[in-house]
Formats: sequence, C-alpha cells, structure tokens
Amino acid sequence: MALVLSEDETMLVDSAHGLLDREAPVTSFRALRNSGEELAWDRSLFGKLAENGLVAPNVAEADGGVGMGISAAGLVMEQAGHVLAAAPLLSAAISATLIARAVGEGQGADLLGSVVSGERVIAPALDEAARHDPARLETRAQKSGEGWTLTGAKTAVIDGYDADAYVVSAMADGAPALFLVEKAASGLSVERFAAVDSRNYTKLSLSGTPAKRLGEGDASDAITAGLDTGRALLSAEMLGMADEAFDRTVAYLKERKQFDRIIGTYQGLQHRAARLYSRLDIARGIVLKTLRAIDEGSADATWLASLAKATMTRLARDVMIEAMQMHGGIGVTDDHDVGLFVKRTQAAGELLGDDHFHTERLAAGKWGL
Amino acid sequence: MATEAPDRAAETLDTFRSETRAWLEANCPVSIRNRPRGMDTSFWGGRNPVYPTEDHKIWFERMAERAWTVPTWPSEYGGGGLNAAQGRVLKQEMTRIGAPDPLSSLGIMMLGPALLKFGTEEQKREHIPLIAQGKIRWAQGYSEPGAGSDLASLTTRGDDKGDHFLVNGQKIWTTYGHKADMIFTLVRTEPDAPKHQGISFLLIDMAQPGVNASPIKLISGNEHFSQTFFDDAVAPMKNVVGERGKGWDVAKYLLTFERSMMGESIGGAAGKTIAETALERLGKEGLARDPSLRLEVAEIMMETWGIQIASERLFDQGKAGQVSPFSPNVLKLLGTELATRRTRAMMSLDGFESLAVDGHDAYEWLQAPPNCIAGGSNEVQMNILSKRALGLPEHK
Repeated sequence: MALVLSEDETMLVDSAHGLLDREAPVTSFRALRNSGEELAWDRSLFGKLAENGLVAPNVAEADGGVGMGISAAGLVMEQAGHVLAAAPLLSAAISATLIARAVGEGQGADLLGSVVSGERVIAPALDEAARHDPARLETRAQKSGEGWTLTGAKTAVIDGYDADAYVVSAMADGAPALFLVEKAASGLSVERFAAVDSRNYTKLSLSGTPAKRLGEGDASDAITAGLDTGRALLSAEMLGMADEAFDRTVAYLKERKQFDRIIGTYQGLQHRAARLYSRLDIARGIVLKTLRAIDEGSADATWLASLAKATMTRLARDVMIEAMQMHGGIGVTDDHDVGLFVKRTQAAGELLGDDHFHTERLAAGKWGL
Repeated sequence: MATEAPDRAAETLDTFRSETRAWLEANCPVSIRNRPRGMDTSFWGGRNPVYPTEDHKIWFERMAERAWTVPTWPSEYGGGGLNAAQGRVLKQEMTRIGAPDPLSSLGIMMLGPALLKFGTEEQKREHIPLIAQGKIRWAQGYSEPGAGSDLASLTTRGDDKGDHFLVNGQKIWTTYGHKADMIFTLVRTEPDAPKHQGISFLLIDMAQPGVNASPIKLISGNEHFSQTFFDDAVAPMKNVVGERGKGWDVAKYLLTFERSMMGESIGGAAGKTIAETALERLGKEGLARDPSLRLEVAEIMMETWGIQIASERLFDQGKAGQVSPFSPNVLKLLGTELATRRTRAMMSLDGFESLAVDGHDAYEWLQAPPNCIAGGSNEVQMNILSKRALGLPEHK
C-alpha cells in the first residue's frame, strides 16, 4: 500500500480527531489524573470510541471487527496521542493481535467481538522483567484435567487494573504459548502500579491459576506479532504527542517576547525547531511504512516495528526536552500541559522496548552485526 | 475490493518489468556493472565526448537509442515517454544488476525539468533533444564570490543590447564549468528592480572568447567545480528561460530538484551497506570487541533506512499529488549530514588503511562536507524551514 492515506483512512482520521477533540481534550485527562480515579481511563470515552469503530480496528471482519488493519489502529493512536486520550486502545489492539494470531483468523469472533465492542477489556501480560526482554519467559503452564493452570509473575501489564481478562504468555510443553485468564480466576493477584504518566498498569502474580489455552503449538510468532503491533502503535502515539508538543512550542515561540522581540526570531531557536521539523517529517514516513508493512505481512515488518519504536522513542524524547526548554519556566510547572506530554512520552518510550533495546534488536537480528 | 483496472495496470507493469529486465541483461555490458559510482567514472556527454571505457560508449548508445537517458520525459521532445511507474521499474531493474546511469548530466538533473516547466516551445525543441542525446554538456552558474548563501545578492550583469545581452561578472562553484559547452546562469538584467526581481535565468554558450572557466581543486583532490569569468560574453535574448526578471522563480524550482536528489541519493546510499562492509572488514567478533563502532554502524543503518523510506514516500506523495514543498529541504539537510557521518564511520572501519591518499575511503569522506554546503547550505535549508514551513517571524 502506498505511503499516503487512502480516502477511508482520511475519513477515519477525521472522525477520530473530531470525537477526541470533543470528548477528550487534554483538560479531561488532567481532570482524570487529578481525581485520583484508580482505573485511570474514561469509561464513557471508551464507549464512544467503540461505538465509532475506533477500538481495535485491526480486528478482521470475520472476527467481528471492521478489518481496517493496523494502519487504522495506528492512525487512531496518533490522534489519541495528540490529546493524551486515556482509554484502553493499546491493550485492545495488542490483545486482538495475540488472540487472532494464536487461534487463527476467523476463529476468535466471540472473544474479539467483545474487545471491539468495548464490552470487555482484555490486557496483554507478556513482560516479566523491568527491562523489556521478550526472550525471558519463566511463567509455567501445566495441564490440569481439561484445562491448564499458570504459575509465575508478569509486569508492565498495560491497562491491567480492573481488566476483565488477561492474555498471558507462558511456557507449555517446552514452547511459548498464550492463555486467557479471567479476572476472577483463583490464584490471581493483581497489583496496581502508579506510574508517572498516570495511566493504568499492573503487575500480576499467578499461582496455579486456571487458564484457557488460545490455539495450540508454539505461539512465538503470535507473541512477536502482538509485540510488533504494540510497538507500532506506541510509535504512532508518540508521533501524535511529539507533533502536538512541537506545534504548541512553535506557537509559543511566535508569541513570547524577551529583549523586546519575539523569541521565535532568534536563529538559535529557529534552527533547533527546523531540525525537529525535519526529523518529524522523516519519522512520519517510518511510522506509516511500519503500519503498512504489518498489514501486508511483509518480512521486514518486525524490523520496521523496531526502527519505528527506536526512532520515535528518541525523537519524541528530544521534542519534549526542547518543548520544556523553549517554554522556559512555565513549561516545567505542573499547571502546564507540556509536563503531561513529557511523562506519557517517557512511558510510551519505555513500554515494549526503548530505543536502546530496538537498536540492539536491529543490529543483531536484522543486520547480523 | 480490487477492481479490474488496477489489476490490468499491474499486469502491464509486470510485463514491462520482465521485458526491461531481459533487455538490460542483454544490453548492459558486464564490465561496467556494480562499479563504484562517482563523477569521474560516468559519461557526461558534450561536444567533445569522453567515454570512461569503450563499454560505457556502447551502453550509452544503446540507452540513448531508446531515449532511456531520460526515460520519463515526453517523447515529443525526444524523451523516453515512460510513465512514472515504468520509470521507477526501469530504475529498480538497473539498480538490480548494478547498471550505471548511461549519461550523467546537469541537463538531465536540472535544466531539463526547468525547461519543461518554464521554457518556450522553441526552447524545448532546441535544447531538450540535445540533452537527451548527450550532445551538449551543461554547467550551472549560480553562486558568486560575494553571493553564496545570500544568492540573490548576485551582481553578474546582463546589459540589454536589443537582440542580445552583454554579460559581465564572475561565477564560482560552477559544476564542471571548465568542461561544459553551455551554462545556465542567473544574471542581473534589471538593475533597478528589487533584489529578487531583477534576475533572469539565461543560457550562455561557453564556446566564445568572453567566457573563461578555470577549475578549483577541493580537499578531496577533485576538480568538479570551477570559476567562470564573463567578459563581454554574448547571449541572445531568446535564451532567457521564463520571464525576464523572474529568474529567481526558475532557480528556486530547479534547486528543489537538486536538493531532493542530493538528499535521496547521498543519504539513501545505494550499493553495499555499511553493515555489510563492517562485517567484511571486522567480522562479527571484531565488532563485538568494538561496541561503540558497532553501535555507530547500526545507527547509520537506521538513519539510512529512514531516508530511503522518505524517498519512497515522496514518490507515493507525488503520484497522489500530495507532495510537501519542504521535502527537498528536509532531505537535503538530513541526507547530506548522514552522508558525512557514514563516510567518516567508513574511515573507522578501515582504520589506518583508510588514510591512503588516493584511496576510496578518504575520497568519499572528503567529498561529503561540500554537499552540506552546495545547493544552499544546510543553514539556508533550516532558514527556509523555520520561516516558510513553521512560519517563524524574521527580526525587523
């Protein structure tokens, strides 16, 4: 597919933008944060997103979704990034990929239909180490009568607090496998983790917890696909946040006066802004290329996911540093929105592998260095 | 979802690809494939053509016969008449077998596109076929000793003598001026008009006593640029491209090609990747003992991939009519910087051997910094971006 948006995609972006602008301006995220609400996302917003087909639009039509691919999910995430929308969109899209890949497309309609409709929040539970390391999988699955039980611990579970169920990775018969664990399952304990970005995260501990196996055989490819979905979508979200923070910073450069002149007339600041503009332009292509490659099932998709994640993690971080610096003192106050973007960017960069992780993954995996 | 028409188009394109592949295999001499690309190993055409090798001549003549020297230019002016998608396929198939461009030419890269957009019918019929067939070698005369980044302050003047201009002044950084037959140049023809509005885009024959060009040697040792002196040089009135006094518009349009090209080709780095070179030179184990250099190679690979994707996106945007006017500035800025970084890292990979005075490494390394200056310095690109793309105000 071409590296420009189709008509359908442009309509989707407009619809997502309109809805988010109306229902989820940054002020609403700030209010949610200030309220200390433990769920850390907005149920009514999530319901409206689902009504408009914006939750996990990557779910195939055969599975009860709109079948618009990861491209669509990415475009929605980019818009969500602009307003810091707090809704379990990322977990929905990742879990949808994990489930669809594990059970086979068209076989997961029951489960996926409930994700797409916003009826159930299913959180992916893959990581076990503080530093992202998908090769580490110590959670064990044991056959128990007709079903399975899981024992182990998970961390960095996105949207895991008060989730209806979890997609959990575990070793079964010597190979990675995926399981569905219900919220009420015995032996499951869920610990809320308060993070700087004021979003919903948990750690899980499983002790002989009953689970339903998703698909059969080695689920390594499904897990990688789920991770790549998440990496691509986090990249898209960071692109949206970086664009927003950059636009606000440029606007500030045009209004703030010091030494009797608009600070945006200083070449020292102009060139720094021009450099960020240029890097954002290149990154926009990388993110779109990644989304397209995943939808096309290209062999490079998994490497592009790393390229996008590494590029956006570094770039969004640099944009935030410049946003704070160019705003001056006001930019580091809690009252100003820049700080909210700074914190969410740090979390999005860390989740599912930061720039260091993905640079190394490419160096060793793609280029054999 | 798929309709019939795109299927047919795809089928036609597939046929074109297989025919092109077969033709290139049969017609591109093996001896000139996969050779390092460089200004000195290409054929540049001109009134006194010099072919690097006999096989370059054969290759050029075969390609020129199909007008595949300029594959996508309109056939009515002697171009190849291919559509954009076919042109891309041809390029891909040439890259696949490492076939060089049959003809390197500023006429192709710069003047041709400007003539197609701004030229009169007569100018197109006169000059474009000669460019396509490599009969005239063109030079570009923009910069002057006192007009570098501030190009519009140029002072070379053309006095109106009725049917011709009498041109006096000095140009510098004239690409291959001492080897060219004709020069497209910016000349002040309306001395009383404001800075940007008194300039005309003028074509001047260099084979006349009033034009003298001498080469400038750069740090890499190459002599691709020259100084060009105009001393009562004559150029007929009909050689003004675009309107009189509106040469700045033509030059700006033309610079977008130069900048995109510099960013895409230099930043995109065709041929062997630096990762492949690193593995050849140092091996996996050598790189493991040199983790900082290994990281540098990986980062350069990532940045290069980004520029290649940008180039692909630019093509798709072009087809969809959605090109950002600032893509050339972005590509020029980041592409030329990346080339500087990459050629320096290549030096590290070869260590002491890279210092060989006539070696490939040192030559490439010393070639990179001039590209950050040429075509509007990277600071000029950032000025353009901050003012036009971002709308940041100028200090009054």
